Amino acid sequence: MRVAAPTLVALSVALAFGVVLLILAGAPPFEALWLLVLGSFGSASKMAATLLAWSPLLLASAGLVITFSAGLWNIGVEGQIVVGAIVATWVARSLPGPVWVILPATIIAGAIGGLIWALLAGVLKTYGGVHEIFGGLGLDFVAAGLVVYLVLGPWQRTGQASTSGTNIFREEAWMPEFETFGTAWPVIPVALGLVSVFAVWLLLRGTRFGLRLKAVGRNPQSSFLLGIPTNRYMLGAFAIGGALAGIAGTVQVTAFHHKLVPAISGGYGFLGILVVLLAGFSAVWIAPIALFFVAISVGSTQLDLRLGLDSAFGGVFQGIIVLFVMIGGAWSASRGSFSQAVREEP
Amino acid sequence: MGLATHDIRKHFGTIRANDGISFTIESGSLHGILGENGAGKSTLMKILSGFYEADSGEVDLDGETLDLRSPADAIKVGIGMLHQDPLVFLPFTVLDNFVLGSPGPQRLDRSDARAELERVSGELGFRFDSERLARDLTVGERQQLEITRLMWLGAKVLIFDEPTTGISATQRDQLFLTLRSLAENGLIVLFVSHKLEEVEELCDSVTVIRQGKVVFEAAMPITSEVLVEKMFGKVFVEEDRDPAPFGAPVLELSRVTIEEGTTHIEDLSLSCAAGEVVGLAGLEGSGQRTLLRACAGLLAPSSGLLSVDGNNLNKASYRDHLAAGVHYLPAGRLEEGLVEGISIAEHLVLTSEDTGFFINWDAADEAARQEIDDYSIKGRPSSPAEALSGGNQQRLLLAMIPDEVRLLLLEHPTRGLDVGSAAYVWQRLLERRSDGTSIVFSSADLDELLRYSDRIVVFFAGDVFAMRNVGETDGEELGHLIGGKVRG
Repeated sequence: MRVAAPTLVALSVALAFGVVLLILAGAPPFEALWLLVLGSFGSASKMAATLLAWSPLLLASAGLVITFSAGLWNIGVEGQIVVGAIVATWVARSLPGPVWVILPATIIAGAIGGLIWALLAGVLKTYGGVHEIFGGLGLDFVAAGLVVYLVLGPWQRTGQASTSGTNIFREEAWMPEFETFGTAWPVIPVALGLVSVFAVWLLLRGTRFGLRLKAVGRNPQSSFLLGIPTNRYMLGAFAIGGALAGIAGTVQVTAFHHKLVPAISGGYGFLGILVVLLAGFSAVWIAPIALFFVAISVGSTQLDLRLGLDSAFGGVFQGIIVLFVMIGGAWSASRGSFSQAVREEP
Repeated sequence: MGLATHDIRKHFGTIRANDGISFTIESGSLHGILGENGAGKSTLMKILSGFYEADSGEVDLDGETLDLRSPADAIKVGIGMLHQDPLVFLPFTVLDNFVLGSPGPQRLDRSDARAELERVSGELGFRFDSERLARDLTVGERQQLEITRLMWLGAKVLIFDEPTTGISATQRDQLFLTLRSLAENGLIVLFVSHKLEEVEELCDSVTVIRQGKVVFEAAMPITSEVLVEKMFGKVFVEEDRDPAPFGAPVLELSRVTIEEGTTHIEDLSLSCAAGEVVGLAGLEGSGQRTLLRACAGLLAPSSGLLSVDGNNLNKASYRDHLAAGVHYLPAGRLEEGLVEGISIAEHLVLTSEDTGFFINWDAADEAARQEIDDYSIKGRPSSPAEALSGGNQQRLLLAMIPDEVRLLLLEHPTRGLDVGSAAYVWQRLLERRSDGTSIVFSSADLDELLRYSDRIVVFFAGDVFAMRNVGETDGEELGHLIGGKVRG
């Protein structure tokens, strides 16, 4: 079990640190933390909002587990979400027909968009010798520029171009929601997210593809000599990771905004990297950790409304948690459990 | 006065690498530490030099108990270690390497340092060009640089971990002279090795470690039979050669030219038949690896014809070579052979011929248990590769060789292995040979080359220097050929 005692200790320390920060900011700390809980789970509609934010984070994180397994730092995940959203928007705007046609079409479109953007970074790495961090970062900027251009240019809102986004899609292009307990529940996005996490877990745990991917990630030289086509596997990891990020983009445009906006990624790509780091690069812990993170994000809007505290506190808190958990991991690795960290004796 | 350890214990998980080690070594002695791979020598030396902290026990130097928490602590009290691969920064000059890691003010006074380098190396009888890049030094010269540096830092104890691996015979002789004079000047020199002849030749006294415990301590001379028995608990009998008839040629090189860096193998014609073993001799880096890599398809010959079983593989990729039944086992077991963090069972799945999408882990564990039995690997299906000792890693690599192999290319197949593991490796390889597999291997061990090869190709300065059938040569001639001299 990788997420164990040191992680819990680190979480407690991070919480204490957050409390100190709140005190320094002049806010009543326990009320603030309670508001975080209320803001994310306090009512049916808040729960639905949290779940809707959870879905793209799950999708992006699941994809990142795949690329991390292949030893790749897929920093381009943000751009892959954006391009997925762009291609999904294009389909939503131009494809006629009922919801059961447009729903699968936008999901596939998002996946293809993210996949292409990821493969660009992958080809740059495998055949161009450009490290995926630099290639991905560059492509993130290109995607961010592209979405602004589309929103203000060709796809501008009727009447007047605005950074508030394109026209709202017609309702057939909205991801269907399910009404019960007085609010609309994002069942399809959550299902997409959970299924992708489970599929990634299964892929890495139980398939030859997953095992080879792990081998390539840990030692490309040995893997190549064992006869594994390493470039193809790296590109495969990029393709899967990109497709899942692209679907996160689809969720963002068709389930959340119902239009394309400049900040369409919602930062879920980078947040996903933190989630995966915290989960120890394994799919098992992604779902609860991602839920915890979005709860902080969604809940922290309450801090702004009720306490006049900047909602950026949520992001600060997330960052602190990751830092402390990583410090805790390094600390426990350098102490008694050294041998476990190094060799993980059975 | 001297170095003493008291009940040193260190465990990794369930493995007790050091299980209560106590010994005393007088100042001014050249002391051999013997033991097979995985006996606990390296762990002990890493504790002495501050790389590991012992779980319990203490180390005394000249009557004082030491508090060793890092290599810097060890160097401060005068314990220095020379690693198998000298810790030299290759892109740096000799002088930069010399001053690196020395205590002192941030600002370097280069002319002072140069004077010091000349003084200390002069005392030791070494000569350096202080502006030369370390990468241009031979491994032997890098060792000399490390010795100089550690002596300058005030070493009282010098630990040498397998220092003769990868250096020439001349450099070895010079190293031994240095070690002797260091000991005569009152230093404690610890010589860690599993080469019996070297310990016999060099050391005044010896400690044998087996399974984490000291099993034997004595002043030399001790006969090698006794030492082998102490190291392994039993004495090995050399098997007689059994010359099996060769089959059709498998590997054929016809006027092949291969270029890689400074290596330039020109116009080589060579064949290796089914059931034949060809040994590649030569100093490290003389071209043996280049030839093996070319035969494996990792390097394309610039001219000539390379074929396996009559199929032209000149422009074929590495994977085409694999498909043609060529299997290459490089020297770096954990760098180029196995994957850290992946278990024995997972390695066997990676190389198994099953290609189904899903893995049946129960069957995979069962298959792994079978191979672990077959190859006497000390480990469990779930043991990761890096937790295995060198010998067990090599056994796992042997287990990973597919059944239908036509040509085995092995780089230093028994390097770093103890006598028992080495004999086991060859037993399995010879079984392959009897099944009609061709074997080409490189080795630095003349004994191994003479014992197992049918033909020996000697490399010198990046090209093939001579070829001998095994009945027509002996160790002395090979030694000369490796040094670039024809006996006459």
